[in-house]
Amino acid sequence: MSGYNLHKVEFDTTLDLRRLKPYGDAMNDGKVQVSFTLPVKNDERGEEAARQYAKKMGITEPNVACRKPLDAAFTFYIVYGGCSHAVDYESIQVVTVTDDTMDMHAIEQYIRDSIARDIVVVGASTGTDAHTVGIDAIMNRKGFAGHYGLERYDMIEALNMGSQVPNEVLLAKAREMKADAILISQTVTQKDIHIQNLVEMVELMEAEGVRDQFILCCGGARITHELAKELGYDAGFGAGKFAEDVATFIVTEINRRNTAKLA
Amino acid sequence: MTGKLHLNQDLVNQARKSARHVADDVQVFIDRHTTATVERTVCRLLGIDGVNEVDVPLPNVVVDQLMERGILRGGAALYIGSAMKETGLTPQQIAKEIAAVRLDLAKVRIAGREEIDGLLAPIVNNTLARIRGNVQKRQAYLDRFGDKEGPYLYVIVATGNIHEDIIQAVAAAKQGADIIAVIRTTGQSLLDYVPYGATKEGFGGTYATQENFRLMRKALDEVGETLGRYIRLCNYCSGLCMPEIAAMGALERLDVMLNDALYGILFRDINMQRTIIDQYFSRVINSYAGVIINTGEDNYLTTADAVEEAHTVLASQFLNEQLALKAGLREAQQGLGHAFEISPDQEDGFLMELAQAQMAREIFTKAPLKYMPPTKFMTGDIFKGNVQDALFNMVSIMTGQKLHLLGMLTEAIHTPFMSDRALAIENAQYIFNTMKHLGEELAFKEGGRIQRRAAAVLQKATTLLEEIEKLGLFATLEKGIFAEIKRPKDGGKGLAGVVEKAPEYFNPFIEPMKGGIAQ
Repeated sequence: MSGYNLHKVEFDTTLDLRRLKPYGDAMNDGKVQVSFTLPVKNDERGEEAARQYAKKMGITEPNVACRKPLDAAFTFYIVYGGCSHAVDYESIQVVTVTDDTMDMHAIEQYIRDSIARDIVVVGASTGTDAHTVGIDAIMNRKGFAGHYGLERYDMIEALNMGSQVPNEVLLAKAREMKADAILISQTVTQKDIHIQNLVEMVELMEAEGVRDQFILCCGGARITHELAKELGYDAGFGAGKFAEDVATFIVTEINRRNTAKLA
Repeated sequence: MTGKLHLNQDLVNQARKSARHVADDVQVFIDRHTTATVERTVCRLLGIDGVNEVDVPLPNVVVDQLMERGILRGGAALYIGSAMKETGLTPQQIAKEIAAVRLDLAKVRIAGREEIDGLLAPIVNNTLARIRGNVQKRQAYLDRFGDKEGPYLYVIVATGNIHEDIIQAVAAAKQGADIIAVIRTTGQSLLDYVPYGATKEGFGGTYATQENFRLMRKALDEVGETLGRYIRLCNYCSGLCMPEIAAMGALERLDVMLNDALYGILFRDINMQRTIIDQYFSRVINSYAGVIINTGEDNYLTTADAVEEAHTVLASQFLNEQLALKAGLREAQQGLGHAFEISPDQEDGFLMELAQAQMAREIFTKAPLKYMPPTKFMTGDIFKGNVQDALFNMVSIMTGQKLHLLGMLTEAIHTPFMSDRALAIENAQYIFNTMKHLGEELAFKEGGRIQRRAAAVLQKATTLLEEIEKLGLFATLEKGIFAEIKRPKDGGKGLAGVVEKAPEYFNPFIEPMKGGIAQ
């Protein structure tokens, strides 16, 4: 194969957002690259398996551009091809927490300018969840993937209570510290127990009549903003969200509530 | 040796001297204290293993009783030795009696030291012999297969299931990996006990247990036999159980251990007194077992800026060196750490990385330096990530780094897939081969950017170490000088497990192990 595309274009090259496809070097060519490992030896049969697998993904005429062995019975494949699937871009609605995430310094400045006092954030991984990776990523100084945690922010007093914290203990601490915001992390959960935990916290706060005194956020790999709102939270943060996303929401929400009170 | 950087040797000597004084000062404190995990380690080395009916490890059962009775300060050896005299039982049987609530060490009549020594000697010698046997076996492998020249390719496995980890580790070894590190589950460092048995769960890794060590060691020996290479095994000697993990590693022939003197304090909020005492015994054990330790300076740069705070990395390397020497770890076992963590957007960032790595090489001439890949500025753009990792590989081969942790192009996305690791190994092998002697061919321009950068970092590190010498290590940590993290002397986890030694205290393993590698 020369690598040059000598095929006559056989698809409609006008952009149709109701039938959106990937773009390689021509509109609607659907070109994608995928790489994966199959637990089989490196030979022609394995390559054919990779090709068939790619076809099942919707990649027509897949080109297995590279295959190499990782072990006797593991082979790595890089596949290119045009994907036949399309999505309707026009009908997509996404609920986002905030469109304009500020960076750490901008958030610090925003607090100085618009709130003019230190803000307090208390967080924990609650219930049976023993994992601190999520809450640590947001709160600990080290942060995650180069995004510093809230502990590092000037103007934010952050307390990370760690894992397996009962909802009652977290709420008591938040009340004691007069927290502005409460963060709850649910990292690894079985049988949707995270939902039960999250709902319990809302019920507890309502029972104590303090729900509206706090900005309540949850986060975790299986949390979306949409789910969080349904459960009675102010915001939810899923994978790929960092401390600055959470902090941006908190500070703008504090400001919004302050302004609403004045009005 | 003047090297390529023409470093001011007076500054190097001065920095080393300051660090030595800090270590001397800390050692006085260490020698006066013991901790719960130090005593549990003594239990383990005396052959106490297993768990009670609710899965509490027997070393914890014994030490918890000593703590509850307020007699930990006498040391586990004193009470176990005395109980052996009184009951005629072995340490393991004694632990089981305590677990069954049939024996109270507080009520045991304390025997004379000579009698205790006589009873413990065969057990102590047996343990020492087992560790010596491991050292000899490692050496026999290295004699037979030869050792790798150039950087060791060091990869991690982190599936969260030891059996799956083994599959990945064996594949990585076949692809060319020289060191396999089995990542621990998130949070193990804060457990004040070591879980027992083979484990199939964990997040971002699985538990460090003695059984997991044994299973992985066996698998790596087997694949090493077929490859004609010795594959080194690495785990994490950090957290609240530093010396216990060291003991388990010594018993199961681990070769490399993450074992920083300050990491737990800074990054896991473990009490500083606790960690300083624990690190000492853990390093004594590692020295005897012929383990190469890794120190954790690379972590500083994930919180602090790699350009501004480079001197804290160097200062910490000096401190880790001197604390390690105190524990009998010779330079050849000191994998002092640093990292390639300057922002890709920094102009001449690569030159600074080169300066830092070459400087570490010229100052710590005998240390197998541990060089960590970019993580902080890895974004999920795997294509750019592969370039960042390539630059990191170039610095490593040009400056003679030894423990070379491979960067993964999928860093910041997931724990490595088998293919990610293979691509990383391929990247490194390509560069290490094509640039094998580049470092020998290159000289740095006199008074140029690279020499000036190294001189500036050395100057700042020397000044910082003088300051630390005046403050003492604990006050330094309280002030947030490392990684911009402040820790109070009486804060953090594990302080309850720190006690001052009683006059009759003794640890039968310190003296025989401190002399260096078992022969």
